[in-house]
Amino acid sequence: MTLQTTTTEYTAVQAPGRLRLFTWRLKRALRSPRPWLMLSGVALWLFTYWLLTEGLRLPRFDKIPGPVVVLSEIFSRTPFQGISVFTEIYYDHILASCRRIFLAFAIATGVGVPLGLLMGWSLRFRAYTFPILETLRPIPVLAWVPIAILAFPGFEWPVIFLATLASLFVTTLNAMLGVQSIDDAYFRAAGCLGSSRWQVFRHVVVPGALPYVFTGLQISIGVAWFSLVAAEMVSGDLGLGYMIVDAYMNNVTVPMVIGMLTLGFVGWATSALVRAVGNAMMRWHMRALAIQGR
Amino acid sequence: MTLSTFPLGARPQGHPALGSLSLRSVSKVYDAGGIAVPAVQNCSIEVAPGEVCMIVGPSGCGKTTLLNAIAGFHPISSGEILMDGALLCGPGRPQADTGADRIVVFQNGALFPWKTLIENVAYGPMVQGTLPRRAAEDRARELLGEAGLADVAHRYPGEVSSGMARRAEIVRALINEPRVLLLDEPYRAMDALTKSIMHESLLALYDRTRVTIFFITHDIEEAIFLGDKVHVMTTRPCRLKQTIEVNLPRPRSYELLTSEEFRLLSEEAREAISEEAIKAFQSGEREA
Repeated sequence: MTLQTTTTEYTAVQAPGRLRLFTWRLKRALRSPRPWLMLSGVALWLFTYWLLTEGLRLPRFDKIPGPVVVLSEIFSRTPFQGISVFTEIYYDHILASCRRIFLAFAIATGVGVPLGLLMGWSLRFRAYTFPILETLRPIPVLAWVPIAILAFPGFEWPVIFLATLASLFVTTLNAMLGVQSIDDAYFRAAGCLGSSRWQVFRHVVVPGALPYVFTGLQISIGVAWFSLVAAEMVSGDLGLGYMIVDAYMNNVTVPMVIGMLTLGFVGWATSALVRAVGNAMMRWHMRALAIQGR
Repeated sequence: MTLSTFPLGARPQGHPALGSLSLRSVSKVYDAGGIAVPAVQNCSIEVAPGEVCMIVGPSGCGKTTLLNAIAGFHPISSGEILMDGALLCGPGRPQADTGADRIVVFQNGALFPWKTLIENVAYGPMVQGTLPRRAAEDRARELLGEAGLADVAHRYPGEVSSGMARRAEIVRALINEPRVLLLDEPYRAMDALTKSIMHESLLALYDRTRVTIFFITHDIEEAIFLGDKVHVMTTRPCRLKQTIEVNLPRPRSYELLTSEEFRLLSEEAREAISEEAIKAFQSGEREA
């Protein structure tokens, strides 16, 4: 009888590559019920939409373009009603709106975040500014339209002003709340460790308020789209809001729906972008949340 | 846990002459919506340089008020507090300045969650300008390593255990070579096992630096195990009730807990404090 020894070769455990990790996650996701639930949710919604507009052609719904009409129009090389993914004007509208959103969001963030941080940090600064902010904030964006048209030249700047305005308030207020949410112990610790006032602002106020600031920016980008479209409907020569109202004026209904859907997707994309930037800037926050299992 | 015998901080075995505290007839009255609430009344305590001074009292008795006054977080109403003979606060100067010569380790921990442990520890020397950033981080790495935290130095506080975080916070204080370390019930929320590990590591750090420690707790065993003197305080308003001298030899280890002397000291402290705890309970003092 012979004794047989088996040797096992151990290989060092290596961190899986990016691709392997991705495929593993994808497989796991497909095994879970979530993607299938999402798919059937979308299918159910589309089916109801179809049933109301094209299947049963219920009264009042028969004027609304249904999913089949919209889809065949949107991917048509020669769209009946002028707008599809193959027409240049469609992208002109998207680009015009995105450019405005970018400017409005940049101005609102650039002004609103420092303003809010200062308001949260300095009682005196807050005393100066808070009453004015609270008076201006409830005024609806549409009420600003005449002033905007009077005060700013051309088509472009009134629209950008209106989109900026709404998101400015959201951003400012959230940044202020962010500072107020910081635990007093961090300020005390910073004082103990010998920080100057400016160092407290840089090392405690700014990073401590960041989670709230980004929550504010998420809301702010949504509000910016909201007021942009309202402004484009009133005053404009291009843009998705203008496209919708122009279609309505000209009695073509499909571009209205195309415009709405486009707004939905573009809006989603921009807020995902803001979230991604936020997550990248707050790794500490993300990791703490991940450890708590959220 | 292994701790090297390398002295923490540039200071070899501490400044024997620095780090004394004198609290003389300190009183603090709060204004709670128009009603004057005395939190501390006529409290006098002397702390020698390099002493571990333990303040024990029932929950909510006003111990933290005393610590906050030393740290400079709020003003006192009367009396005076001196450090090494210099007035911190007193007549004509109700509130002390905060400064890196007296550093607080907080009850719930106050490591900046947005900075890694190493950035937290390097923060003090960096903002005070005593070391450039790179050098401060090197020093921080070294000190974290000595405290057994080398492996987690680049993690965020939210990613490490509360015991590790608290230890890092003490390192963050000691890197500044403070004259007094102010600890406000730092181990309050920990289980007994973690607490004992924390005690041993604090004692190891103390034996190396001999920094004056002003430690607030309501745990009698903790007070006697760590302290040179245990000051038992009354319930609100906080006054000094009794001082217990702990003449146990250092360095101390956990075997001490079963010794007869330790038991007798604990008994004495317990008697002094239980009366106050009952009073505090009956007056419905809120946990603070």
